[in-house]
Amino acid sequence: MNGGVNIAALSVFVLLFVFVTVLGFVAARWRKGDLTQLTEWGLGGRRFGTVVTWFLLGGDLYTAYTFIAVPALMFGAGATGFFAVPYTILVYPILFLCYPRLWSVAHARGYVTAADFVRGRFGNRALALAIALTGIVATMPYIALQLVGIEVVIAALGVQGEWALFIAFAVLAAYTYTSGLRAPAMIAVVKDVLIYVTVIAAIVFIPAELGGYAKIFASVGAGKLLLAPATHTNWGAESAYATLALGSALALFLYPHAMTAILSSSSRHVIRRNAVVLPAYSFALGLIALIGFMAIAAGVKDNPAFAEGFRQYGNNFAVPALFLQMFPSWFVGVAFSAVAIGALVPAAIMSIATANLFTRNIYREYMAPDCEPARESQVAKIASLMVKVGALFFIVALPQSYAIQLQLLGGIWIIQTLPAVLIGLYTRWFHPWALLAGWATGIASGTAMAASLNFAKSIYAVTIFGVTIPCYAALSSLLLNLIVSVALSAAFNAISSSRKDETLASDYV
Amino acid sequence: MKKNGSNGARLRPIHLLLALPFISILWVGFYNRAEPSVAGIPFFYWFQLLWIPLGALLLWQVYRAEDRGRGGPSL
Repeated sequence: MNGGVNIAALSVFVLLFVFVTVLGFVAARWRKGDLTQLTEWGLGGRRFGTVVTWFLLGGDLYTAYTFIAVPALMFGAGATGFFAVPYTILVYPILFLCYPRLWSVAHARGYVTAADFVRGRFGNRALALAIALTGIVATMPYIALQLVGIEVVIAALGVQGEWALFIAFAVLAAYTYTSGLRAPAMIAVVKDVLIYVTVIAAIVFIPAELGGYAKIFASVGAGKLLLAPATHTNWGAESAYATLALGSALALFLYPHAMTAILSSSSRHVIRRNAVVLPAYSFALGLIALIGFMAIAAGVKDNPAFAEGFRQYGNNFAVPALFLQMFPSWFVGVAFSAVAIGALVPAAIMSIATANLFTRNIYREYMAPDCEPARESQVAKIASLMVKVGALFFIVALPQSYAIQLQLLGGIWIIQTLPAVLIGLYTRWFHPWALLAGWATGIASGTAMAASLNFAKSIYAVTIFGVTIPCYAALSSLLLNLIVSVALSAAFNAISSSRKDETLASDYV
Repeated sequence: MKKNGSNGARLRPIHLLLALPFISILWVGFYNRAEPSVAGIPFFYWFQLLWIPLGALLLWQVYRAEDRGRGGPSL
């Protein structure tokens, strides 16, 4: 970051980038299907087996932003940043128990999105629209954040200006358009290999250089090493940590991009098996989080060569700085392309998922009810382009903090679809209008909590009987959502309990 | 109203195993400490890292039990 371009690193980076680009276009021919059908373009024909789904979900959930932001949080805030680990421990039992049912009903009824399911289950267009819009709005800033990952590593390579980001994005848009979900599925394999190579190198090579793990942890200040302990009147950082982990775990698979990856698998057993084997990524994530502490031990912040990077990107520059300081130049190229390619995979899946939602639940539902399947697929392709242009605009035209704040809100918003989608898998006792009222309550209260914290944090302190309990706003607003949904359902059901449920009990198993 | 979709959940005692990760992970006060450390890694960190394979192992057991009960596919 002395202003000079890192030639060796840049060459490796460009080479790997060109390789995945070719792969992205070739993917159209892989397990060839009729790409003018939305299930083919947007769900890969529901044909992905256990291995492909493992790579796809891994590439989808453990994003480049995670690899930059989680260690950055550890670097800046300490132990709190480690919440990503308990979060991913709790997410897999939920995936294992609930989502095979969603796969089954989606397969039986041809659903492509969560809103499709809600529409079929509750027969209510307004509720389905709310679910679809929540998904779209929550995902857009998430795509923008993936770009931050690319932006940081491109800057760290010494390339000036935003043109490189534009090229990366144009390439991404082009192969997503032509190949659909097959492109990220194939590229995810490369991404994961690169990530694992980088992580293994980082956890073996860097601690050896820094004098071992004991030294690394010793260099972290006492205030950062553990959470502030709870007291009788304030549960403090501990309850924040637990609620963050639980709330994030409940929200994760409600995100459209996660849903898309689940629905693209070839059977419900693929999902069950993946819940067992996906934790391998969590382990990598846990080790990646510790890279933040390695950056503290290596003293990257005091290195004048990185001052400009930290000024521009804040703590998000910690990981790139550590790699630049510790790795030989060519390997920096490998590590940085792992981050950049790690951004392309989720960005592609997210834009496909949002496009599916727009096409199925807004375009076909409200604008062109009897559109041909080919037209549907065409609209989705164009929508995926628009979504990416929107995300690019976000990053280039607005301050980066907007995308971060909106992504934080996105987590609070998407969890409000839990009663309709997740509980809806088990019962149709809830009344659709009650669910809609609960959803609105959750969105409004969650947003208000975040607003009271100036959208900078999502931990809102609730005081019950004189005890202060800091709680992830997504979880407390979900509780309000559930209370309203249950109370109003009881009332509405007393008046009329008729349902327009098109699904059968046998669709779920 | 026909009882629709409320069956098929088929939760069995074996599924209670999946409550274990929630109990141990959400009880943050239990592991929010530095000792006993292992190879210089504080308890807080290695305890949570250990729960990743433990959680996977529990899921695997439940997976196998479900398939034995159903005669369905196994790994």
